[in-house]
This record gives sequence, C-alpha cells and structure tokens, in this order.
Amino acid sequence: MLAIVALVTLPLVAALMAVVVERRGEWIALLSVIGVVIALSVLMPLVATDGPVDLVIGGWQAPLGITLRADGLALAFAGMAALVMAAVLVSARTLYGASPSEAETRGQWAFWPLALLLWGALNVAFLSRDLFNLYVALELLTVAAVALVAIEGKRESLAAALRYLMFALMGSLAYLLGAALLYAGHGTLDIGLLAARDIGDASGATGSRRASDIMAAGLMTAGLAVKTALFPFHAWLAPAHAGAPAPASAILSALVPKASFVILLRLWFEALPGLTTPALLATLGGLGAAAVFYGSVLALRQNRLKLIIAYSTVAQIGYLFLVFPLAGGDSYAQPWAAGAWTGVIFQALSHGLAKAAMFLCAGVWIIAVGNDRLSGMRGLASATPMTMSAFGIAGVALVALPPSGGFTAKYLMLTAAFASGQTIWAVVLLLGGLLSAAYLYRPLAMAFSRDDDATFAPVPRSLQVAPLLLALAAILLGLGSQAPFSLIQTGRPAAAAEGLE
Amino acid sequence: MIASATLFGLCGAALIGLGLYGFVVQAHLLRRLIAFNIIGSGIFLLFGASGARDQLASTDPVAQALIITGIVVALAATAFGVGLVLAFAKVTGQTHLPEESDARQRPLKAGLPDRSVQTIVKDPAG
Repeated sequence: MLAIVALVTLPLVAALMAVVVERRGEWIALLSVIGVVIALSVLMPLVATDGPVDLVIGGWQAPLGITLRADGLALAFAGMAALVMAAVLVSARTLYGASPSEAETRGQWAFWPLALLLWGALNVAFLSRDLFNLYVALELLTVAAVALVAIEGKRESLAAALRYLMFALMGSLAYLLGAALLYAGHGTLDIGLLAARDIGDASGATGSRRASDIMAAGLMTAGLAVKTALFPFHAWLAPAHAGAPAPASAILSALVPKASFVILLRLWFEALPGLTTPALLATLGGLGAAAVFYGSVLALRQNRLKLIIAYSTVAQIGYLFLVFPLAGGDSYAQPWAAGAWTGVIFQALSHGLAKAAMFLCAGVWIIAVGNDRLSGMRGLASATPMTMSAFGIAGVALVALPPSGGFTAKYLMLTAAFASGQTIWAVVLLLGGLLSAAYLYRPLAMAFSRDDDATFAPVPRSLQVAPLLLALAAILLGLGSQAPFSLIQTGRPAAAAEGLE
Repeated sequence: MIASATLFGLCGAALIGLGLYGFVVQAHLLRRLIAFNIIGSGIFLLFGASGARDQLASTDPVAQALIITGIVVALAATAFGVGLVLAFAKVTGQTHLPEESDARQRPLKAGLPDRSVQTIVKDPAG
C-alpha cells in the first residue's frame, strides 16, 4: 500500500534532502507536509470503511519480516502529528528560514532535517508491528529530539539535552533488554504473533517462562515510561522542553511522548494482554494520578511561561495512564472499556494539538517581549490579540471545557470511571481539571492586565495564524468528534473491543 | 560442564550489572556513556546466547541480525552523545550535569585525585 510507504519514507527522504540541498530546508519540509497529508487523506477514509490496512515490507512475512499496519490508533496519531508538524514547520520559517544575504546558521541548517527525521520516526512508531523495529524508531526519535533541544547550543539547553539523553538511553536499554527476553522466550517480536501465543494465560506457561515474560514486560514498560516522562521519571522533561526553541518545544511536547505511549498501549492491549494483573493496572493508574497532581503543582510554582506549559505536559500525560485501570485487564469485557480507551486517545490527540498551539504562542510572545517571564507578559492581550485568542482556546481544550476535544475525552473517561465503580479515578480527572485551570490562570491574568507603558517588538501575522489554527483544531476535535471517534474504533485490539456492544 | 550458551548468558548478565553500577555511581558524562555501552554489550551477549537456546547446530540468525542493528544504533547514539558532551564541556567547562551533588563527586579513595570532576576545557568566558 503506497500511502503507508509514503507516511514513513517521505519525511525520511525529505530529511536526507534537507541535509544535502543547502538553504532549501523549508521548501523540502513543505513538500513532505503536502505529501503526507495526501497519503493520510487517502488512507483515513479507506481504513474507516474497510478496516486496517497491512503492509508486509518486501513481502517477508513475520516473524522474519516487519509488518506495518495502518489501524485507527496509528492513523489518529499520525493525523494529529501531521497537523502539528504542518503548523510547526510553517511557523518555523520565520526563525529558521534561510535568508538570501547572510550565511546559514547552525539552526537554519539543522532544524529542518532534525524535525523531518523526528516525524519519520514518529510515523514508524505509530505504524510498526515489530517490537525491535519500534526500538529502532524510538532511538531515532530520541536522538532527533535531543538534538532539537541542543540546537541553539546554549548552556542550559545543552545540560537539559544531556540529561534527556541519559534518561532516554537508560529507557532504551531497559526496553531492549525486555525485547531480548521476549525473543528468547517466544522466538518472535511481531505483535500479532505474540498475541496469538496467549502469553501469560494460565494454561501454557511454566514457572520460569512466566517469570521471564513478566520480567520482559516490566523492563519494556519501565523503559517506555521513562521515554513518556511518566512520574517519577519526569525530571528530564521540563528543562528539555522549555530549553528548546519554541517550534522544537511544540514538537517535543505534543508528539514525542505520544510515540512511546502508543507502544505501551500496543504492548499491554495487543501483545501481552494476558499478563495484566489488577495490581499492575492500579500501579500504572496511580503513577498517572501522581503525575497529574505533581505536574500541576510544579506548573503552579513556575514563573516562566514555557516551564508552566512544560510541567503541564507532565500532568496531562498522567491522564493517559488512567487507560490501564479503566480499560485494561479484566475490564476488557466490560461495557465501559470501549469508552475509556477512546477517551484516552482523544485526550492524547487533544493535548497534542493544544500543547503545540501553546508553545507556538510562547514563541510569538518571546519574539514580542524578548523572554518568557510571566512578569513581562503585561499588556500582551491587547498587543497580540490573535495569539491571545489562540492561547485561550488551547487553554479551553487543556482544562477540558466543552465543546473541546479535551471535554469529549474527560467525559468518556469519567463515564467509564463511574460505570466501573472506580470513583477514585474520577476524582483525579476532576481535581486535575481544576488544577490545570489554576496554573493557566496566572499567565492569562498577567497577559490581560493593562500596562500602558509596555512596548513590544512587532510579530508578523503569518506567525500568529498557525497556533490559532491548531487551537481551533483542538476544539473541532470535540465539535466534530464523530469522524475521529469511528476512526479510532477501527482495528481496536480485540481486548478493548469486546465491551463495545 | 557448563553449556557455552549459559556461560555467555551469565557474562551478559554480569556486564549489565557492572554497567548499571557504573551508570548510577559515575557522575562524569563520558563515563556514563561508557557504562551505557557496557550495558548494551551485555544485552547483545544475552541476546546472542538466547539464539542458541535449542542446542541446534546453527544459531538463530534473526537474533544476530537484531544484534547487528542494535550495535549500529548504539554506536550512533554514543557518537551523538560524545558530541553533545564535548559541546557541553566547551560551553561550561564541566563534565557532569549541574545537579550532581558534591557528595557524588568525591574521590572514592581519599588521597587520589578524582578525575571525574576535572574540567577538561576551561570556559573562555570565565
């Protein structure tokens, strides 16, 4: 299927082109955006009507070959990534577009190939069905992401990049060791073939085999949790995301943690559903809840806008892990599992769009003010009304007010929490919403307060359009939730689909 | 007599443990990268040993293919990491992250100079 090939190869080829061809990075990026959007618009209706599409690379079937599968989960995330990348790449032209008269700076040269490499790796992570192939995708993603943090070469950014690299390398090794143990036990790393072996079902497994499976799953989960910045592995996230230049922060915060989260979903819902235990599900949910509170409290205590947005990512990622207690394990067969599963994916999509919009807004304001300190934000609302609206609308999606995508997400998750009798997760959802309103109030109040003496550098309108469009997309996700809803249902793991009717 | 696959597996496990210890204890960024590589080698050894698990005459070629890919990935990540450490050292004159406390950087044995806190490049800006 040509469209799947295009999703992976277009960004990768474009990245190589951007390295080779000087000063044309922005145009190459634009071409690949157009190509990927065409591929997605072919694939999405096809998958929504006919079900998942497989691509067996080179005709080599698993276990020897690698399968790429475009199912609802993969396409929903790839679509969100395409929207975010399009907005980021277009608005990065102001910062990293080559000027004809001056020599190319390092940022102008490096940003385009790195962003495109990252995009290619993301799409592989969403589509691939092979756990080792996913490892390679994660490594490519990490190296590109760390390089984007360090792109300006500033003291704090370099320290943040190195800290990120150290965390990520450890995460990769844990994942790799887990994958090696799984391969040793089962002779395959294909998600479909692993699922067919019913790993963990009481029937077949002997004592040591079962112990090795649990060990493998635990190592992979820990590694992926580090890369997703789940509490308590979140320490690297905020300095890295806040230290990167605004367009890079938008990609890092909106997209990069989602790749490892999708792999976690595939691991526990598709490959190894039989290994789940109530204790494990409660632990993952509990860490998620801790992330919601701890991230929000840290966001409340920051005095720089980008750090507030970055810590908000720590909190918002916490919600995603509520999928484990709400839809995992024995609750597969329950009617609420489908809602919880869809709600969590809506949450991830809505957070991606809103968070990218917020970081792009921060980028606009950094140009206008010169820094991102909250105290410098006075009077920004009247000076940059378009960006202010974008930030406000993105805030609506983040706090999960209706009619945003975030509201649809929280509504579905709340319904599942009450239906399953797990009221504790409902408390987390509601308190988390209040906390997010609290930490977003401070920058909003500051920007709306009057300051007649404030002077701001002019910001081109073209730079302000992209965040507004992204924020509106986060709202549209809630208003027009029917199409994404049915797409996400397509090819859902059988485990979560049983409870649908 | 101990089977060679078991021996390789045990060596792999020992390397992983050794590397993990180094990664946790050492604050020097270059040493941490070396520790990363030691853990990686241990995992590859374990992976390779698992390819011979069925006592077949020939080992599992898929495991070898995965190991080679893994080595390439680890090499690229290490090269990138070294580049990043060098850039960091050039800008800050430090070879460890700012949050590493003084206690971590004390020499293991009194009297020996601790190389892990030596600054390799002086910050030109002071």
